[in-house]
Amino acid sequence: MIIRAMKDDTGGQILLAVLLAAVLLVPILSLAVPDSSPLHLSTYTVTLLGKYLCYALLAVAVDLVWGYLGILSLGHGAFFALGGYAMGMYLMRQIGDRGVYGDPVLPDFMVFLDWKELPWFWQGFDMFWFAALMALLAPGVLAYLFGYLAFRSRVTGVYLSIITQALTYALMLAFFRNEMGFGGNNGLTDFKDLLGFDLQSDATRAGLFVASALALGLGYLACRIIVTSRLGRVTVAIRDAESRTRFIGYRVEQIKAAIFTFSAMLAGLAGALYVPQVGIINPSEFSPINSIEIVIWVAVGGRATLYGAAVGALMVNYGKSLFTAVFPDAWLFALGGLFVLVTLLLPRGLTGLLRQRSAG
Amino acid sequence: MGGQVARWQYLNPGKTLAETLNISHKTLLYVEGVTVSFDGFRALNDLSFYVDLGELRCVIGPNGAGKTTMMDVVTGKTRPDSGYVFFGQTINLLELDEPRIAQAGIGRKFQKPTVFESHSVFENLELAMAGDKRVWPTLRARLSGEQRDRIDEVLGIVGLREQARGLAGALSHGQKQWLEIGMLLMQDPLLLLVDEPVAGMTHQEMDRTAELLRSLAGRHSVVVVEHDMDFVRSIAKRVTVLHQGAVLAEGSMDDVQQDPRVVEVYLGE
Repeated sequence: MIIRAMKDDTGGQILLAVLLAAVLLVPILSLAVPDSSPLHLSTYTVTLLGKYLCYALLAVAVDLVWGYLGILSLGHGAFFALGGYAMGMYLMRQIGDRGVYGDPVLPDFMVFLDWKELPWFWQGFDMFWFAALMALLAPGVLAYLFGYLAFRSRVTGVYLSIITQALTYALMLAFFRNEMGFGGNNGLTDFKDLLGFDLQSDATRAGLFVASALALGLGYLACRIIVTSRLGRVTVAIRDAESRTRFIGYRVEQIKAAIFTFSAMLAGLAGALYVPQVGIINPSEFSPINSIEIVIWVAVGGRATLYGAAVGALMVNYGKSLFTAVFPDAWLFALGGLFVLVTLLLPRGLTGLLRQRSAG
Repeated sequence: MGGQVARWQYLNPGKTLAETLNISHKTLLYVEGVTVSFDGFRALNDLSFYVDLGELRCVIGPNGAGKTTMMDVVTGKTRPDSGYVFFGQTINLLELDEPRIAQAGIGRKFQKPTVFESHSVFENLELAMAGDKRVWPTLRARLSGEQRDRIDEVLGIVGLREQARGLAGALSHGQKQWLEIGMLLMQDPLLLLVDEPVAGMTHQEMDRTAELLRSLAGRHSVVVVEHDMDFVRSIAKRVTVLHQGAVLAEGSMDDVQQDPRVVEVYLGE
């Protein structure tokens, strides 16, 4: 199945090979090579790379729905953030009595708000498996409900994009409220450890990098298996001629909801891996601009290729790291300019340019 | 009653909609007293129309007579204001949506050919093939040897064997029409609704299409909507003339052409 999915996908093969090499090399370069060596990777770099990989997985998830299903989701940041919050809640519970207020059960912000007991929706998040499950289920259930309603009403195109944008905006406003019980404006932070491993240690950071790389690799494979199956061909058929697909007997709204849900779960997984690496999750992750940025990564890399989305996410974010160090205020202009340029000059993205060159 | 059976049938995976079809009276499609209004304009006006099992029927009529609207109603695209539409004696089509109507055994070819342009011709036929079209079975689906043979057979019938691996988007207009008819055949429907199959075709292509449609009647009931009178004459045994949303005349091509009301509608007062 995997061989069939990866056959004829040179870009994907390269991506997976690079990921495999990174999984083997990065921990060695970070942990075993002495600090003085020029080959040594600092923990800062490892964390930065791990963060990029989470973004890449998020971009692959968006490409699955945008490139193959034709749904321009401007709300995937919401699914990413929900996965992040699920992981953040676990990390908060792991703090235990080491918080500022020393309450053995309640996270600091709840003590500060003078709450007496843990709200019901925080139950179970002291267990890793439960939090991990929720990091997938919370975005998945939301995406399914949203998708079921939107697709059943046959909302498509620009209108659907606007609703996805409204979804993430509404969630941002809700999570800003202290009464919601997710730490309000400040979000969740001050994490100590994950499964007993100190989050500040180099080894844990290397481990998180490896986990992110594996998640990207497996997520990529899963998406390839979908797009190379008959379901994937139906998905493209829906993108190109939705009503025709309906008239040959496919339940279009169910297929759309299924793919959309799967994509949201991948985004949730990316968010769950992202949060322990950056050490904080707050409502700004839901902000509409984040979701738009993801779409730009995919457009820059090249739509409907999957690997292009990953490449786009890595390159744009690397560019962002460089650019914001020099002109911190001008990034949004640069990003907007990049989007316009790519749309006008490279409709198939950077990887499309490479494919063209190798073909011609 | 029959409608209830059809509506809940999908909950019972043991029996498909197509299997509940009852055609013991030899009539496949019943359209009775159907009225459709768009902003006060009556596109269909108390239309009654029946299609027998295995027949090849042509529907003609001036622009705006309601030919395409009639197909929209049968395939679930448009809901009528009043009337009944039954497939066989038991399946109430007004209670089903487009995919379920397709699964029940009604295939449709649109006026403007719509094929999946970024898929190959072979893949277009594969996607249209009858089978379990829910999400999970579609993800797991693999082509069996038998299914490949069937696709190859249909490629032969519509004359696209040589283009099988090429993109459907690269086909000529006429070839796209044939591919769409091929996609209909893959669905293995009892009833084929074919909207203007020869629009934009050369004479040669028209002859081939006529031959194709004639060969399909018998095993399938075929309803063809067409403007081209020569084409209609070449294939039709029975012709239905629609005018202002209702049946004006029905019978053989010669009978219909001699009917003074038809002459009036086509030639003006």
